[in-house]
Amino acid sequence: MAVTIRFFAGLKEQLGVERREVDAAVIKTVSDAWRAVVAHEELPDNILIALNLEYATADRAVRDGDEVAFFPPVTGG
Amino acid sequence: MKVRIVEDSFDPWTVLAEYEAEHSAAGGNIGATATFVGTMRDFNEGVAVNSMTLEYYPGMTEKHLQQIGAAIAQLHSLVDWLIVHRVGRMQPGEPIVLVAAWSAHRVEAFAACREIMEDLKAHAPFWKKEQLTDGERWVEHNTPG
Repeated sequence: MAVTIRFFAGLKEQLGVERREVDAAVIKTVSDAWRAVVAHEELPDNILIALNLEYATADRAVRDGDEVAFFPPVTGG
Repeated sequence: MKVRIVEDSFDPWTVLAEYEAEHSAAGGNIGATATFVGTMRDFNEGVAVNSMTLEYYPGMTEKHLQQIGAAIAQLHSLVDWLIVHRVGRMQPGEPIVLVAAWSAHRVEAFAACREIMEDLKAHAPFWKKEQLTDGERWVEHNTPG
């Protein structure tokens, strides 16, 4: 099994990554999920995080099968 | 169904009429209906905008809107509520969002409609990308309500 890591909107374009499946053994927290894909840059303060389709913080624990998403400030409506 | 994400242009007034007909929202316990319709402008931050693409997070966006709609509806004792939001490529003048709140009295309908809209603008996972005459740009933040 794996952790699914997703990126949206401008962040997706900037990183050139939309979705990545990563071995759950190397990911304990949301921060680990970011580092597993974006090794060259710390998680920016303005980037929003979702864990299993709900807003979350970077210190939240991640389990096998979870989906973590990173995205810029929202601009709907 | 309280939350709808639509990929094609929609007429908010037709949607409202159909919703009321289907859900008996125009029943005798309704004293007030407040609606908000947001449409796409042909300018933003001083620049002409030719078209716009709205991205969302399928699954999370609907879940978030359902949660805030239900919470605000309970807070204001709404009889019913509806959120419709467009995604994909759209043109100036086309509706982006419809929020409707039905209640016994106007104070609850007005308040709930505004609160749903403000939460949607601040937290619902949607992202706008504008197509300009000389390229594209992501909208970085929403204007204050």
